[in-house]
Amino acid sequence: MRHTISVLVENRFGVLSRVAGLFSGRGYNIESLSVGETTDPQISLMTIVTTGDDQIIEQITKQLNKLIDVIKVVDLTEVDHVEREMVLIKVAPRQEDKAEVLRLTEIFRGRVVDSSPRTYTVEITGDEKKIAAFVELMRSFGIKEFVRSGRIAIAREGIKKGK
Amino acid sequence: MKKTGAEIVIECLKREGVRHIFGYPGGVILNIFDLLYDEKDIQLILTRHEQAAVHAADGYARASGKVGVALVTSGPGATNTVTGLATAYMDSIPIVVMSGQVPTKLIGNDAFQEADIVGITRPCTKHNFLVKDIKDLARIMREAFYIASSGRPGPVLIDLPKDVTGDKVPFQWPDSVRLRSYNPRYEGNKFMIKQAVNAIQKAKKPIIISGGGTVLSNAAQELRELAEVTDIPVIMTLMGLGSFPGTHRLSLGMPGMHGTYYANMAIQNSDLIIAVGMRFDDRVTGRLSDFAPNASIIHIDIDPTSIRKNVPVDIPIVGDAKKVLKILVNLLKQEKDRQWEAIRKAWLKEIQSWKKARPLTYHYSEDVIKPQYVVEKLYELTKGNAIISTEVGQNQMWAAQFYKFDKPRHWLTSGGLGTMGYGFPSAMGAQIAFPKKTVIDIAGDGSIQMNIQELATCVIYKIPVKVAILNNQYLGMVRQWQELFYNERYSHTHLDLVPDFVKVAEAYGAVGLRAEKPSEVEPVIKEALKVKDRPVFMDFIVDWKEKVYPMVPAGAAIDEMIFEEEPEKKKKKLRAVK
Repeated sequence: MRHTISVLVENRFGVLSRVAGLFSGRGYNIESLSVGETTDPQISLMTIVTTGDDQIIEQITKQLNKLIDVIKVVDLTEVDHVEREMVLIKVAPRQEDKAEVLRLTEIFRGRVVDSSPRTYTVEITGDEKKIAAFVELMRSFGIKEFVRSGRIAIAREGIKKGK
Repeated sequence: MKKTGAEIVIECLKREGVRHIFGYPGGVILNIFDLLYDEKDIQLILTRHEQAAVHAADGYARASGKVGVALVTSGPGATNTVTGLATAYMDSIPIVVMSGQVPTKLIGNDAFQEADIVGITRPCTKHNFLVKDIKDLARIMREAFYIASSGRPGPVLIDLPKDVTGDKVPFQWPDSVRLRSYNPRYEGNKFMIKQAVNAIQKAKKPIIISGGGTVLSNAAQELRELAEVTDIPVIMTLMGLGSFPGTHRLSLGMPGMHGTYYANMAIQNSDLIIAVGMRFDDRVTGRLSDFAPNASIIHIDIDPTSIRKNVPVDIPIVGDAKKVLKILVNLLKQEKDRQWEAIRKAWLKEIQSWKKARPLTYHYSEDVIKPQYVVEKLYELTKGNAIISTEVGQNQMWAAQFYKFDKPRHWLTSGGLGTMGYGFPSAMGAQIAFPKKTVIDIAGDGSIQMNIQELATCVIYKIPVKVAILNNQYLGMVRQWQELFYNERYSHTHLDLVPDFVKVAEAYGAVGLRAEKPSEVEPVIKEALKVKDRPVFMDFIVDWKEKVYPMVPAGAAIDEMIFEEEPEKKKKKLRAVK
């Protein structure tokens, strides 16, 4: 099963490689990883999306906690949470398809952030499903470039599932 | 007052109570070595290889319980410590290794003798540091010793760029260590401990499996009480040997691949396993799906990742073995009416029958020295009081099987990583910690040739380590696997040329002795034990066909054991090829 794990770490050099090394060294899989400073510049937040059965996920969270530079580990999958990812897609539609691309962008509440005589660059934000659907639609118009931010997630306030 | 980085390092080491460092100098670490030139409180023992320095620090730590310290230079000096660090990491041994590094402004420039040792050792240390700013130095030194020795102990590396040890800052010793991201939990959960009490009361066929964690937590006394109060038999893993007296009536010896028949049978038939400071290593469990099919498991370990890593656990207790056992024993002692002896009678009788059916044996010979006989004689002649280290392979298993350890911290072996070349330098480290004790490395002719150079160190510092070489001219354990599982195709396990160890010892100024017949074993050991001022090599020419039994083949369940065959009546004389 897929899990989104949020990891608070000391904002020091080498921490990312400790976390990445833990995953590679023990044969765990990282599907997506995003890192950024928190409001406290001494602390960074990593959002890791990984897959595994319960025993593997338990090991992953325990092993992360064991790293000296890791302050806190939360498996967001256990709680109600919001996930978002941003993608930038550069499409090169034929002249007659341009209007359709713009229309779809609007439906998906995306934005055109750059355009050239032959291309549009669309920014779109959303959860996994929304992004997958949009990417699928764009495919037929010819995707030239595609870049994604990696998923970030945050727990919803108040309502907690499980424990 | 301002101090140089090197002075801060030495001052911090003193405040941590360090008396001995094992090390090897080089360009960028000279600032520290220069201070050691006339340092009175700290002695540097100059090894002949950085790997040996780390193993020596490791042996020092295992025997004494203190943090072992090694000091090396950058680049190759640092990379040579990797095996030692990985060895200590797998066995949770508290050591601090300080390596030199090129000056901070050269880092990343592929400078002479530069290696990214922090990157290289990240997966084989508990934690490591690159000191980029001298202002952090004292704090990092303090944190390193704290991290190495607290929680589940382990090796810590500190990388020291040359400018950091050369610059000056005002010295300030941090009063305490505070790490918001590292707070090992020592107290076990009370509710879980009560659950454990219930489970122990209900169990009909309980066993205790004690591992290296019991030794590290100095919990041997508490463990013994638990066993004696409740009359539960105790199995010690390779790392746990000595955590419970090997000669005790409740001792079942070692489990697993080369464990005793009765230990493995007890596990497989038990209804409750009380696992203390052990981690269900594959050499202990054999095929996991068939491990202890009827047992519930209470798992006491300070490292949460050890729990439920390999086997499902019914009652997990995260905490320090000593603290948890103390509470557990106290609760059990309150059950005054309980007739533990009567309750346990049937189970102990069943175990006794396994003991009788398949005791740990070997076939003694008048003609050729059996390696097990050497270990038995060592045990007898040292009255079980020696500190024993081993190399890895058959020598290690025979030592584990036939030397009965009654006390903790008398057994130094690379259990997790299985490092050949570990035994001799670690014995050296233990001897530095305990100059008056008898320290013996039980070695093979293959293993001893890794780190044999430490003879020089032992001679110079008058370290009277005894090395008992079980010389069979083979990499015996690998040969054994080839014989049993690879159709006797002995690919590259015969050593063809084994040096004359007596002459090697003598060339270094050590004592060299040899026994070729069983009758010579005792006199050789006796003579070796008399030597107090230099190392001794005892070269025992042993039966090269001898194998370690019983054996659980890799991937089998632990009750699927192979045993030694009865010797043929008129067996050919088997001698090592000389």
